[in-house]
Amino acid sequence: MNTKNADAIIVGAGWAGTIMAKELTEAGLSVILLERGKEHTTAVEGAYPDSIDELRGAVRKRLFQNLAKTTVTIRNTIDQTALPYRQLAAFLPGEGVGGAGLHWSGVHFRADPNDLRLRSAMEERYGKKFIPKDMNLQDYGVTYEELEPFFDKAEKVFGTSGTAYTVKGKVMGDGNVFAPDRSSDFPLPAMKDTFSASTFRKAAKDAGYHPYSLPAANASQPYTNPYGCQMGPCNFCGYCSGYDCYLYSKASPNVNILPALRQDKRFKIIANAHVLRVDLDGSKTKATGVTYLDTTTQKETSLKADLVILSAFQFHNVHLMLLSGIGKPYDPVKNTGTIGRNFVYQTITTSRVWLPENSYTNQFVGAGGVGVAIDDFNSMNFDHGPLGFVGGSPVWVNQAGMKPIAAALGTGGHGTPRWGAGYKDALVDTYKHSLAIDAHGSNMAYRDVYLDLDPTWKDAYGLPLLRMTFTWKDNDIRMNQYVVNKIAPIARAMGATKVSLNHLEFGQPFDTRHYQTTHLGGGAIMGDNPQTSALNRYLQSWDVSNVFVIGSNAFPQGMGYNPTGTVAALAYWSAHHIRTIYLKSPGPMVQA
Amino acid sequence: MVKPDPTSTPKPRFTLPRRSVTSALLGTTAFWLTQPSTSVSRALAHEAAEAPYKPEFFTAEEYSFLTAATERLFPKDHNGPGATELGVPEFIDRQMQTPYGVGDNWYMSAPFQEGPANLGYQLPLVPRALYRRGIAALEQYVLQHYGKNFAALSAQTQDTILTALEGGSIQLHDIPGRTFFEQLRTNTLEGAFSDPLYGGNHNLGGWLMLGFPGARADFMDWVNQEGAAYPLPPVSISGQTA
Ligand SMILES: Cc1cc2nc3c(=O)[nH]c(=O)nc-3n(C[C@H](O)[C@H](O)[C@H](O)COP(=O)(O)OP(=O)(O)OC[C@H]3O[C@@H](n4cnc5c(N)ncnc54)[C@H](O)[C@@H]3O)c2cc1C
Ligand code: SF4
Repeated sequence: MNTKNADAIIVGAGWAGTIMAKELTEAGLSVILLERGKEHTTAVEGAYPDSIDELRGAVRKRLFQNLAKTTVTIRNTIDQTALPYRQLAAFLPGEGVGGAGLHWSGVHFRADPNDLRLRSAMEERYGKKFIPKDMNLQDYGVTYEELEPFFDKAEKVFGTSGTAYTVKGKVMGDGNVFAPDRSSDFPLPAMKDTFSASTFRKAAKDAGYHPYSLPAANASQPYTNPYGCQMGPCNFCGYCSGYDCYLYSKASPNVNILPALRQDKRFKIIANAHVLRVDLDGSKTKATGVTYLDTTTQKETSLKADLVILSAFQFHNVHLMLLSGIGKPYDPVKNTGTIGRNFVYQTITTSRVWLPENSYTNQFVGAGGVGVAIDDFNSMNFDHGPLGFVGGSPVWVNQAGMKPIAAALGTGGHGTPRWGAGYKDALVDTYKHSLAIDAHGSNMAYRDVYLDLDPTWKDAYGLPLLRMTFTWKDNDIRMNQYVVNKIAPIARAMGATKVSLNHLEFGQPFDTRHYQTTHLGGGAIMGDNPQTSALNRYLQSWDVSNVFVIGSNAFPQGMGYNPTGTVAALAYWSAHHIRTIYLKSPGPMVQA
Repeated sequence: MVKPDPTSTPKPRFTLPRRSVTSALLGTTAFWLTQPSTSVSRALAHEAAEAPYKPEFFTAEEYSFLTAATERLFPKDHNGPGATELGVPEFIDRQMQTPYGVGDNWYMSAPFQEGPANLGYQLPLVPRALYRRGIAALEQYVLQHYGKNFAALSAQTQDTILTALEGGSIQLHDIPGRTFFEQLRTNTLEGAFSDPLYGGNHNLGGWLMLGFPGARADFMDWVNQEGAAYPLPPVSISGQTA
């Protein structure tokens, strides 16, 4: 009677979901992948020239989550009423086959080894007292050495372009001196520097820093990945972020995994399938499958499977856990429960540098993952002792292809006019001669920053929205200000005629109205203690052992680096242990 | 001209064989496109000169407000054309007839409750309603204070009013002046710089000002030219050149 529909059901067809689907079908399992959005293919909506339309793309947001169906509520502090996030702005979750992996930029990092064990590393260097009391600083429970083969595998699947510093302990080239050792080189050589990036590289080097090429999942050369999927060389068209690369040059689940996966008879993908909950048995310790709504027919269907993988993106994973009753919801007052705990973000501020009028930065030229960065103020690469904060920021020029509407909307303010004749002068000058330098930093976890279910607002399916309680804390503001101040001398050395340094301000709460980043993290974190983490080191739920939850929800704190390289490595790491341990003897892989 | 379909993505104002556009721009084989493309841009210029756009969403009064206000936000000057010449009012009128006009991807479920500004937009109004009510309330305010419609005021007075809206010192019944201002500013700039297929950026005037090459989207040879300006003029998605 208990006839299952598949061995495994996977929720969400982004990077995490498609990697898990590929791994599990390779292991011989039948897999159903459910995706709430529609199919997306390069040949149809991704095709040139219709796809490179700024208004329809990044502005009207054709590839992003439709908030009319479901959104979140947001407040800064526990005593406020959270209000719905009604218009996409601060972060842009994906929807449809490929998820945000279709419209991401492509900066592809491996986590810094210290960031994976930040509490231990900080305590070892600065003592236990250094960590503020309400900061929930935690280790991942997995080390860089353990993850290395999976970082390596992800880079080979993504066709990542970069310059290694060391491979197997041997110095290879002009890579990031702070980067950990690698078992093999990047599959493709680094992308070229744009003019803005090369100017930054020179100035940063002269200032005694250690510039390196950002690792980019934008192909610098033609490439065929281990799955046989092909990429063409990137032409710096500048339509990565918010778009579907028409040249098949930016890594995406759609280009790098699905073409192989779709050929496997054990694999089935169902689009327009919005998963409402994971179904549990009476004991609440075992999942029986999931229930989804077909959003085209409005028909609800329950599917049964032995294994359920949540890969619906960071906060959707937490939402589904809360809606399904997986684990114990976090309570910040009592400091109990784990689902919703350690919700984190990143501190991103963009400063602007104007070069002389005979220098054209041609900001429309670029690619999402390319640029030059320094890590001298990232992670634990500098002395935090006298500074008294935890965390850090890479600093970089990442000219991803600035479009005119974005440039126009962003010009003005900070004392310059936002409209009228003076505004037009500023816009033309800024567009032609300026460049951006980002401080792309960490964000720590705090006891009163978390996720839970909203008491008032509901989604289109009648379910309570997820509620975010989030604001900037002094530790992270101090870190951001410290790093941003390092930009001024570099900018001067670049020959700047004007610099506008932007940083977080004390007392200024998180503002939902301006895009910052979609690098949300935590909420269902991994760790070695079921009291303080939702998942064990294999991303298996401590509470429901046949549920694995893959995504940046697993990060105990927000790191300075972009998350996807680590999400992909964690997916491969988890899948490897499902294949080699769990499938042989299903049950908890770590005893609580 | 194709009539906009309010229920789907905006359609281009004319259609061209896509494949050949692609070929021409990627520099593979530039066969017969050159001819149709030039005649289309000529036809366009002709159309713009001959037949002024007739708004379908906005009333004539609303449209004259929109025309006057957007020109102040984005005036014609030594940098290039202003909002009127670029077709910004036309762009906004057409946008009101797309799913965007009815806030199709906004979360519009009740209850609606105001909160701190940093928690974002909380009004129960979609763009169409914001314009309809906002313009009516503003014209009422202007009539009371200046005895004329907005469009009949001097540029200087118009600027004073726009500044007050931006600064938040005018409330438009249930709409904060600032909210209305931001909607108008955003749509004005979108109209100046989006692909001409949406009715604005006439003759690619917005892109020419910025040196943005439009749909070229291939910069393999221009990644780093040591700060030289990109040499080619813009081209639109439909193949219109400037
Ligand atoms: C503009 C932009 C640029 C970015 N650039 C970078 C970058 O340069 N580098 C980097 O590292 N990261 C970047 N990111 C972040 C990156 O996109 C994400 O980290 C990554 O895509 C996450 O992968 P995922 O598989 O966890 O989630 P997603 O890709 O979001 O996939 C989750 C999928 O689950 C589906 N889903 C959600 N809920 C349900 C449900 N209830 N039922 C069924 N399906 C559901 C969603 O529709 C979605 O398709 C960027 C993000 C954005 C928006
Ligand atoms: S910049 Fe390169 S990777 Fe990005 S969309 Fe264009 S061709 Fe693709």
